[in-house]
Amino acid sequence: MTFTIPIENGNEVKNAEADSQRTLYPYVTGTSVVAIKYKDGILMASDMGGSYGSTLRYKNIERMKAIGKHSLLGASGEISDFQEILRYLDELVLNDNMWDDGNSLGPKEVHNYLTRVMYNRRNKFNPLWNTLVLGGVKNGEKYLGMVSMIGVSFEDNHVATGFGNHLARPILRDEWREDLSFEDGVKLLEKCMRVLLYRDRSAINKLQIAKMTEEGVTVSEPYSLKTFWEFSAFTNPTVGAEGSW
Amino acid sequence: MDLNLDAPHSMGTTIIGVTYNGGVILGADSRTSTGMYVANRASDKITQLTDNVYVCRSGSAADSQVVSDYVRYFLHQHTIQLGQPATVKVSANLIRMLAYNNKNMLQTGLIVGGWDKYEGGKIYGIPLGGTVVEQPFAIGGSGSSYLYGFFDQAWKENMTKEEAEQLVVKAVSLAIARDGASGGVVRTVIINSEGVTRNFYPGDKLQLWHEELEPQNSLLDILNAAGPEPMAM
Repeated sequence: MTFTIPIENGNEVKNAEADSQRTLYPYVTGTSVVAIKYKDGILMASDMGGSYGSTLRYKNIERMKAIGKHSLLGASGEISDFQEILRYLDELVLNDNMWDDGNSLGPKEVHNYLTRVMYNRRNKFNPLWNTLVLGGVKNGEKYLGMVSMIGVSFEDNHVATGFGNHLARPILRDEWREDLSFEDGVKLLEKCMRVLLYRDRSAINKLQIAKMTEEGVTVSEPYSLKTFWEFSAFTNPTVGAEGSW
Repeated sequence: MDLNLDAPHSMGTTIIGVTYNGGVILGADSRTSTGMYVANRASDKITQLTDNVYVCRSGSAADSQVVSDYVRYFLHQHTIQLGQPATVKVSANLIRMLAYNNKNMLQTGLIVGGWDKYEGGKIYGIPLGGTVVEQPFAIGGSGSSYLYGFFDQAWKENMTKEEAEQLVVKAVSLAIARDGASGGVVRTVIINSEGVTRNFYPGDKLQLWHEELEPQNSLLDILNAAGPEPMAM
């Protein structure tokens, strides 16, 4: 994390980054977030882990938060930067409410704001080390978008961050439909989260699923998924070939 | 062997903060090292911020000291303006502010613990990067690597003050046994509605672990105690 640089008198000195205008490295990170549009709105899932390098250090971090009345923000990447983004959004929502004009920030506006923040930080070589998923429903219109730490931003019917891009999106491309019911949506997300649990080293078995509809946001209580290990190839891997692996 | 006496002072450290059914217990070892040399074998890593909030410091000794100093100063002013004791949450957030905004320069992990009348006993972990995480218990420092499994097994909610302190002392002692960067004595600080109590546990008051022997004054005592022909097989 720190690196040595030689100084004039020949002694090497350990020196952390003194210049704040430089690309950083993440310390406490969250892994994938997966989200889909469904019949009544948006469903989003993420686990509650905060990794510190390879250590699964924190197991109770909420990586999805409601923003205003119409949006849901999920984040992967550096948790301290996510906490800072929540502070920025708090201020944004506060100022929006202070106008007291009956209007309230919708998901499109929040997504746009986040895109500007992330892209401008990237341009200064001082990124917020997150990939954000922004979902919401306003006036019956469903919205689901993503912003990365380099400012890449887009909308889609289903999005995922990190490992989710490689493991969950192929499943979603195959099995997502326009009018998924809540139950089918949850089952689909759980299918994705289970694969991530099997195959992502930084995943933990404690997740939350959040639902965003016209009525508002609900984030579920934390829960765990059952996993299956009883394939005969797993229980007896070397049968018929003793000594192999 | 290069002792590297010019290396920055770092507290390898084991630090712990634990809530119990009336407040919090903070615990730490006492070793400050400069490279391979132990610069201070009896440091106090549990530092006071206010009457009711303390912080356990780990990582760079200098960084953690200067952050504590700033936050103590801010909290002092905040207490005057507020007219009542600062809350643990405010203390944690002030530390976060410094830790996050200077994340490029600081290398210190902190555990804030205290008691206030609104939330009772609370522990906040603030690792590198400036994330704030409220936890029922927190461990930090290089010695904490050896304690994740221990706490997964031994931690329970709503312990009594005595149980919680025993747990903290045992844990720091176990970490000292395996982490070269932790050592010395075990210090604890208990904070609850009644106030603050500091405790001190020197090595000889602690339980012996695997392959550790009872300390003796001299070999001569062993030889004399064992009888006339102790060296005969």
